Amino acid sequence: MPPISGLLRRREPVPNHRPWPRFEVDAEAWREAAVALRDGVVVLTGLWADQDRVHMALAAPDLSAPTVITLGCPERKYPSVAALHPPALRLERVIRELHKLEPEDLPDKRPWLSHGEPYPFLPVEGESLHQIPVGPVHAGIIEPGHFRFTALGETVVRLEERLGYTHKGTEVLMQGADLARAAKLAGRVSGDSTVAYGWALAAAAEAALNVAPPPRALHLRAIMAELERIANHLGDIGAVCNDCSFVIMLAHCSALRETVLRAAAAAFGHRLMMDRILPGGVAADIDAAGVKAIRDVLRAISAKFPHLTRIYDRTDSLEDRTVGTGTLSAALAQGFGAGGFVGRASGRRADARWRPGYPPYDALGIEPVVLTAGDVDARVRVRIAEVQQSLVLVGRLLDTLPAGSISVALPETNEVEGAALIEGFRGDVFVWLRLGADGKVARCHLRDPSWFQWPLLEAAIEGNIVADFPVCNKSFNCSYSGQDL
Amino acid sequence: MRRLLLQALMQGPMTEAPPAADATSLEHLARKLSEAGRLRLGRSLSIREVDAGSCNGCELEIHALSNPYYDLERFGLRFVASPRHADVLLVTGPVSNNMKMALERTWQATPAPKWMVALGDCAAGCGVFQESAACAGGVAAVLPVDLAIKGCPPSPTEILKGLLALLEENASAR
Repeated sequence: MPPISGLLRRREPVPNHRPWPRFEVDAEAWREAAVALRDGVVVLTGLWADQDRVHMALAAPDLSAPTVITLGCPERKYPSVAALHPPALRLERVIRELHKLEPEDLPDKRPWLSHGEPYPFLPVEGESLHQIPVGPVHAGIIEPGHFRFTALGETVVRLEERLGYTHKGTEVLMQGADLARAAKLAGRVSGDSTVAYGWALAAAAEAALNVAPPPRALHLRAIMAELERIANHLGDIGAVCNDCSFVIMLAHCSALRETVLRAAAAAFGHRLMMDRILPGGVAADIDAAGVKAIRDVLRAISAKFPHLTRIYDRTDSLEDRTVGTGTLSAALAQGFGAGGFVGRASGRRADARWRPGYPPYDALGIEPVVLTAGDVDARVRVRIAEVQQSLVLVGRLLDTLPAGSISVALPETNEVEGAALIEGFRGDVFVWLRLGADGKVARCHLRDPSWFQWPLLEAAIEGNIVADFPVCNKSFNCSYSGQDL
Repeated sequence: MRRLLLQALMQGPMTEAPPAADATSLEHLARKLSEAGRLRLGRSLSIREVDAGSCNGCELEIHALSNPYYDLERFGLRFVASPRHADVLLVTGPVSNNMKMALERTWQATPAPKWMVALGDCAAGCGVFQESAACAGGVAAVLPVDLAIKGCPPSPTEILKGLLALLEENASAR
């Protein structure tokens, strides 16, 4: 039962939209949905435009029962969701600038992804305030973005982000692409989540075409997804400690990360496992040597990682930097539907593998790792626990790897729609896909978890010192490319 | 922590032998490197990395160069925080329209002699975003490129081969 069943009563879902229902609604029901979002009855999982229509994906607060509602905009305008529910704001700025649909009463009409015009930052007034502009080219090896800090002495009173620097027109390139090219593009929305995106695109296409990939392919996808999670968590746990000037953790974690990538290359033929997941299945099977490489690395990390977590636990000078730093409230995390460790470290019990759930995880019994402190330390600890959880999961997936084929042929079905929610290391990746009459992609929307995490970084940094921004930023590790598209 | 440090001492370094410099790159570079640069820089290069719209896959592998297995700094190669300190700009991504000006300004801020390395298929002009109207389509479309290291993303070993070629060509001509 969709969580907003009241407003959808007596409506029939449209045909050929899978796996969740999609309803055509009127402006009044659209507004009711925005009110339900504001009141926390449902969470926003996506908001995008397709020609002269806007679509909104909603789910229960724990991500179960996703539902899509659609409003036609023949006059190219619709009631703004952000006017009631701020998490929709940046998505609606993009709908306005790139799709030329006007969200009525949109609180902020500055373009978001289209640069070129001078950009007025929010005004700041007060005595003794100073501003620090940072970026788009940063001092480290990270993606480009601009941060405008307003500080009172050392304390940040406001951070305003300006993103969009890596905007590559990915969704435009998707239009008219065949599924093979679409999978390649999806795998490059955010390179660190290439497995999650490859899986999400494949799952959306398979839902649209109403085919199920073979069990062996699903197991291989999950093994890749968990290796991706382990590799990214290891890298970032080390990097957060490094930003606290505790270098030994980075040295050891980055070495462990390297062993995971080498095992991935041995088992799947690519260190980041790019282009290994295709609609219908996976690109290549794993052999005995690949299984051994993964088992060896699981064993090695299981032996070494506890020593590293013990160091994290016992080093007061390190915890002095992470405990109580960059605290994100539970209310904001839930209101924004913050996915991944950002949400789960602030008490949000949500994990797409758990709910709505998808195979093969539904048979494995995933339990989200939830902490409540909401600070840098909690985000690190959630990730430490998730490394341990994923190490066990990969072992179990290898133990129970089914025999059989690794892909199915896709039927030539046209004019169908599909959606998918896949849990990447950063959070839930949402993909919505419409295949046209020629069987090619007519519209593909890819929503990175970062859309709902970036704005929360602005909130979490408030009241912290400027020098703690790198560690706060790293503890969120939002994707620039993922949200810039 | 004491135990971990002792273990590290006992087991010896993780760092692996370096790969040979990329022969095709060497030949290419011989024509490109100026005499002045060779004399001034010797066996050391400071690198400023610029993400000009990459998907962050290339950044992950550039980061890996600093892990104990590759240990980039043993070659005299190091990443610096400002273009003012750099000899080499290492650029990733297809150069999105929104990063074009920032890249040009970073190049202008780098003192000569300087080299431009395009890293990854997108920067080298053969990536998946090549025909996008939102991108320039590679570094060469915006600024002169001295060395392209292809791959999506290139592995740390491939990156190392290319950078070593730059370094060796630089030193051998002294």
